[in-house]
Amino acid sequence: MANTATVDELGHSPAVRGKNYLNQTAGVWSWLTTVDHKRIGIMYLVSVLVGFGLGGIFALLVRLELLTAKKTIMDASQYNQAFTLHGAAMVFLFIIPSIPASLGNFFLPLMIGAKDVAFPRLNLLSLYLYWIGAIFMLAAIVTGGVDTGWTFYVPYASGVSTTSVISATFGVFVMGFSSILTGLNFIVTLHKLRAPGMSWYRMPLFLWSLYATSIIQVLATPVLGITLLLLIFERAFHIGIFDPTLGGDPVLFQHFFWFYSHPAVYIMILPGMGVATEILATNSQRRVFGYKAIAFSSVAIALVSFLVWGHHMFVSGQSELSSAIFSFLTFFVAIPSGVKMFNWLGTLWGGSIRFTVPMLYGIAFLFLFAIGGLTGLFLGMLSVDLHLHDTYFVVAHFHYVMMGSTAIAFFGGLHHWWPKMTGKMYDENLARVGFALTFIGFNWTFFTQFILGTRGMPRRYYNYLDQFQPLHAFSTYGSWVLGTGFLITFICLARSLKTGAPAPADPWGGATLEWKTASPPITENFEKAPIVTLDAYERPAEETA
Amino acid sequence: MSAKAEALGGAEESKLSPQFHVAHHFDKADTQFDAGRMGVWLFLVTEILLFGGLFCAFAIFRSKYFPSFVEAHHHLDRVMGGINTIVLISSSFTMALAVRSAQKNEKKKTTILLAITLACAAMFLVVKYFEYSHKIHDGLLPGGNFTAADFASGHPGIFFAIYFMMTGIHGVHVVIGMGLILWILLRNQKNEFSSRYYAPVENVGLYWHLVDLVWIYLFPLLYLVG
Repeated sequence: MANTATVDELGHSPAVRGKNYLNQTAGVWSWLTTVDHKRIGIMYLVSVLVGFGLGGIFALLVRLELLTAKKTIMDASQYNQAFTLHGAAMVFLFIIPSIPASLGNFFLPLMIGAKDVAFPRLNLLSLYLYWIGAIFMLAAIVTGGVDTGWTFYVPYASGVSTTSVISATFGVFVMGFSSILTGLNFIVTLHKLRAPGMSWYRMPLFLWSLYATSIIQVLATPVLGITLLLLIFERAFHIGIFDPTLGGDPVLFQHFFWFYSHPAVYIMILPGMGVATEILATNSQRRVFGYKAIAFSSVAIALVSFLVWGHHMFVSGQSELSSAIFSFLTFFVAIPSGVKMFNWLGTLWGGSIRFTVPMLYGIAFLFLFAIGGLTGLFLGMLSVDLHLHDTYFVVAHFHYVMMGSTAIAFFGGLHHWWPKMTGKMYDENLARVGFALTFIGFNWTFFTQFILGTRGMPRRYYNYLDQFQPLHAFSTYGSWVLGTGFLITFICLARSLKTGAPAPADPWGGATLEWKTASPPITENFEKAPIVTLDAYERPAEETA
Repeated sequence: MSAKAEALGGAEESKLSPQFHVAHHFDKADTQFDAGRMGVWLFLVTEILLFGGLFCAFAIFRSKYFPSFVEAHHHLDRVMGGINTIVLISSSFTMALAVRSAQKNEKKKTTILLAITLACAAMFLVVKYFEYSHKIHDGLLPGGNFTAADFASGHPGIFFAIYFMMTGIHGVHVVIGMGLILWILLRNQKNEFSSRYYAPVENVGLYWHLVDLVWIYLFPLLYLVG
């Protein structure tokens, strides 16, 4: 008994010794050699935010260039590099590692009552691999840029482009290992390190979404690895596998690439769905409606994600039969997504909703994901996609999913767990201003692009017809509001580190395990090893009474 | 009672070497071993998917350029490939025996078996070296580097692209495997393993069997059926 405590007792455990994971040891070296999942999570957090900043700067440059037709601030080849680097930085440096590697790393062990992930040193290795990969990508920027688009399509990437494709793709290759190791670590941790009483169906739903994400990371990423390796060899040694002049098949590259990159879309969105679930449950002060439905819909999305890659290739010369099958399968993704949507709404229904800052992000997520998800159905339909393919409609659709859903959920999670991670409260009013500008700016920028797309504006074009100019300019103005919103959010969070009030253990009245330990947590996570006696999101009897 | 003894249930403690300790985040040694084993199996899944891409490319190009593949595969040396297959299967057998002897506390036998495994791996690479230099000499090279004359069919370069990528990546795995086998051989010499703790030997063994298994598919596909 001495070393264990039920969750109920944990909540009343006396205040801590003043030591926590942040001040246990000091110095840069103690961080670089740490195996503490919380410190690794924080280092990932800082790194992905740097990646987000980098991708964001390129985004603003791209939008600025598109303010007018022809040249505004850069020439066509610089423009090609700007949108490539925007995409590559956002996808590989930010979104893929964002929620799992930062918030997931920090909270997965806390939420199951464990002291760490199963393989702490592998966890640190994964961070180092991410950094090494990022260095290769940054080296590509310095040594000539990349202008292939983030998808690295051949034969342009393998032969025609004169930019640093090898350095960039090698960076992505290395970061793939980082992603695999994180996924592998999470799967084993969830199987082997759940606290006594923490059965699978008592896990917070964020962890179910991370579990589904990890499965995709482990199964899909190796295929990207071999694809990029073949691309690098193709470019360096002309091995001919993707080169049509040597008998190779460029469409094979697209199959390989999307076999990873479509599931990767769910690596990006599933953790966001998990974060949204936590925020909505906490701030409506009730148990999640349809727990198992949400849990299994995450797993279902992960499985279906492997069967739909061909919908990226409807106009790539794929046979009509395969296109029809892929289109049919694509609609299956809508079922588990819809199941989630209705269960989230069911959770809000009858709850005592509080509009905290994280909750604003949570509700924005529901709104934006509904738009992003439903416009996906337009694109999954063959006849409609023929017209919308490679237009701004596609750009708007995936920004509503990637940015409007995943990034909004990420920032919601950041605000939700910021007091726990840093031990500081932020200025909620300033955070609300940041949120409002982000939300307005986002819709301003990207809803405009739905209209541009339906009117036929192709994506990735440097120049355009005069008739598109007003809408392009409107979208660019929105991007400035959006950028300001994020800037205010960053200032708000950074300021809290210096001037924020100390955070209590449970500022939002959360029901999951991470709120039962101090803010910030001690290195061992819990004073006493927890024993779980309650279901997920169930509150002890005296609180609910 | 020490934390370790408590975690192992006291009586089991003596069977572990003094260097071993249960990592602080595991409740007991068996959980730690299970977690390690599960991690390795998951890693092997990623390996299968990595090679899966290449097998997929092989299947597609074989059906696309069937005559080229038939013609080109006659230029692979079946005898050398066959020898390597026997060498690698034998090494998998000695690896399995090494895991068994580690479980039975037979340290000396484990060392010998691991050394034989290592020697087989080295021999595999030597044979591979002769095969490669022969191919390079004859200009039987991937895609744009293909220079061999008198080929009747159109795209033998694609076959050799697949051949070199598949056997090359497999060869890298053999080299990594040799490093791992050497590592557990040295740890075995330091008396780190026992019937209570042999997880690293078993896990390296799992990896080595996968390396063997991949070759068992590569050999018939590339050398025999063309």
